[in-house]
Amino acid sequence: MIWNDDFETLPREAIESLQLRRLQQTLERVYATVPFYRKAFDQLGVKPKDIKKLEDLQRLPFTLKKDMRDNYPYGLFAVPLEQIVRIHASSGTTGKPTVVGYTKRDIETWTELMARSFYAAGAHKGDVIHNAYGYGLFTGGLGAHYGAERIGASVIPMSGGNTKKQLMIMQDFGSTVLTCTPSYSLFLAEVAAEEGIDIRKLKLKVGILGAEPWSEKMRQEIESKLNIKAIDIYGLSEILGPGVGIECIEAQNGLHVWEDHFLLEIINPETQEVLPDGEKGELVITTITKEGIPLIRYRTRDITCLTREPCICGRTHARIERLSGRSDDMLIIRGVNVFPSQIESVLFTIKGIEPHYQLLVDREGTLDTLEVLVEVDEQTFSDEVRKLQQLSGLIQKQIKDLLGVTCKVRLVEPKTLARSEGKAQRVIDNRTKITS
Amino acid sequence: MKVEQISVFIENKSGRLAEVSGVLGDANVNIRALSLADTSDFGILRLIVDDSEKALSVLRDKHFTVNKTEVIGVEVPDRPGGLSSILKILDNNQINVEYMYAFVERSGSNAVIIFRFDNVDQAIAVLLKNGVNILDGKKIISI
Repeated sequence: MIWNDDFETLPREAIESLQLRRLQQTLERVYATVPFYRKAFDQLGVKPKDIKKLEDLQRLPFTLKKDMRDNYPYGLFAVPLEQIVRIHASSGTTGKPTVVGYTKRDIETWTELMARSFYAAGAHKGDVIHNAYGYGLFTGGLGAHYGAERIGASVIPMSGGNTKKQLMIMQDFGSTVLTCTPSYSLFLAEVAAEEGIDIRKLKLKVGILGAEPWSEKMRQEIESKLNIKAIDIYGLSEILGPGVGIECIEAQNGLHVWEDHFLLEIINPETQEVLPDGEKGELVITTITKEGIPLIRYRTRDITCLTREPCICGRTHARIERLSGRSDDMLIIRGVNVFPSQIESVLFTIKGIEPHYQLLVDREGTLDTLEVLVEVDEQTFSDEVRKLQQLSGLIQKQIKDLLGVTCKVRLVEPKTLARSEGKAQRVIDNRTKITS
Repeated sequence: MKVEQISVFIENKSGRLAEVSGVLGDANVNIRALSLADTSDFGILRLIVDDSEKALSVLRDKHFTVNKTEVIGVEVPDRPGGLSSILKILDNNQINVEYMYAFVERSGSNAVIIFRFDNVDQAIAVLLKNGVNILDGKKIISI
C-alpha cells in the first residue's frame, strides 16, 4: 500500500523538476542565512542563481560531519533558535555530538516520510507497533513513533532494553510490527527461546530494522527465527533520522529514498567524482525541504549504489542498494556509532597510557562485542594485580561514559600492537562481512 | 634490610614464561624466588634474582615491561603456627600485606617469606619491634 500516492508515484520528469525548484530555494536560503555556506559558495565562486539544472549540483561544495562538529552546536542552523521545536544529537568523533534542529515543518516532513516508510513496509492502521528504538537524543525512537501515530497504528513506546519485559508486552499486547536494530531482533528471539516463548507463534508479522548495517544472510536468519518479514530502513540524524529510505515489502530489493525531499549522488570517495547509476560509491545527500538544518551535498560515508529503474511496487523514487560498508573507519557497535579516534581520545586522557591500541570487534551470539587492547608500559605497570585492574576498569568506564558502549579492556605487552606509521591495523572486525 | 624485587608483565600467551626464564638464563641471572599472580588476561611474574640490574636490563632489551619494587624477606619459624604468629603481629598493628610468597630454600631452621607492603618502612619497624628477624638483602640473594 502506498501512503502518499501523489508524491510517491510521480513520473521521473515531475520529480526532477520539483527537485530543481526545491534545490534552488534551499540554496537561496542557506546562502542568505548560514555563514558557513555563504563562505563555502564564495570560495568556489558559485552563486545560488548559477544552479540552473540538477547537474549543476556538482559545482557545489560538500558538507562533512566535521563541518557539523566545527559549527557545534547551532552554527549550521538556517533559522533562529526560536523556530526550532526539537533538537536531536548523535555521537561525534571527539566526544562532542552532532546536533540537529527541527522546525515544526521539519517534524511534519519527518512524520510524513516515516508514515510512507511504514506503509512501504506493510504496516497500517490496526497494527500494533512495538517501537524498541531508543527514545531520547537518538532519532530512532521519536522518529518512528510520530510516523506510527500518523498512519493510525497503535504505537507502544517501548524504547530499548529490558528484554524480558519487551517479550511479555509483545505477547500480551499483541504486537504486530517490531521496530529495532536487526541485532536486537535476533537477541529478542534468543531470550524468547530461553524463556520458553515460541516467538514464531506471536502476532508479529514484520520487523522494520535499521540503524546498523546488516547482511542478506542476517535477514534470512531473522525472517526464519521470528517468522516475520524483515525490512531494511535507512536514515541518519544529520539528514533527518529514520525514514530517509526504506525497502518496499513487495520487492525487498533496494531502499526507496524519498526524492521529493532529498537529492542523491554517488561519488568516488577518493576523487569525489560523481559516478553513474549502478556504480558503487559513497552516498551524498542534499536536503531540499529541510528548514532547521539544510545540508548541501552531505557526505554520508555510506557505500552503496543507485538505481532509478521502476520498482514493482509502483513507487518511482530511486533506490539505493543495501549498504555495504563505510568510506571512513566508523564502526557500528550495537547500534552506536564508534570512531577509533574516540577511543584514542579516551586513552590520551589517561596518564601514562601509550596511545597504542587495537579494537577487536566481534559478534557473540547476536550481540556485538568490543574489546580494546591497550599496551602497558613501565609508567603504568605495577607489581600489584589490583592496580592494573583499576587501570583497565578506568579505561572501560571512560569509554562507557563517552560512547555509551560497554567494552572489555585487555592489557597487552608493549610493542605488540601495530604502530601508526605504515598501515597500522587499528581495527579488526571479525563480524560477518556486511556485503550480502 | 630491603630486597629488590623485579616484576614482569606477562600476557596470557603460551611460552611467555619460558621466554622470561630463558632470557635470564642466557644472561646468567639466577632466580632465587618467584611468584606468579595471574588473571584471565595477564600475569605478573615477581622475581628475586641475584643481579636485579642485569635482569632488568636484559628483559628491557627484549621489550618486556618490568619494574622494580622493594620487598622484605622475613624469617618464619618452620613449624605449625609459625606464619600465623607473624601475620598476627602485622594485623595487630594494622599493617596491610599486599601479597607474599615463600622462598623455596630455608635459612637455617627457618622458612623465608617475602612480603610486599604498601608502607614498607612502617612494616619493618613493627616487625623489628616485635623481635622478628628480617633478612639482609644480600643474604637473601645468596641463600
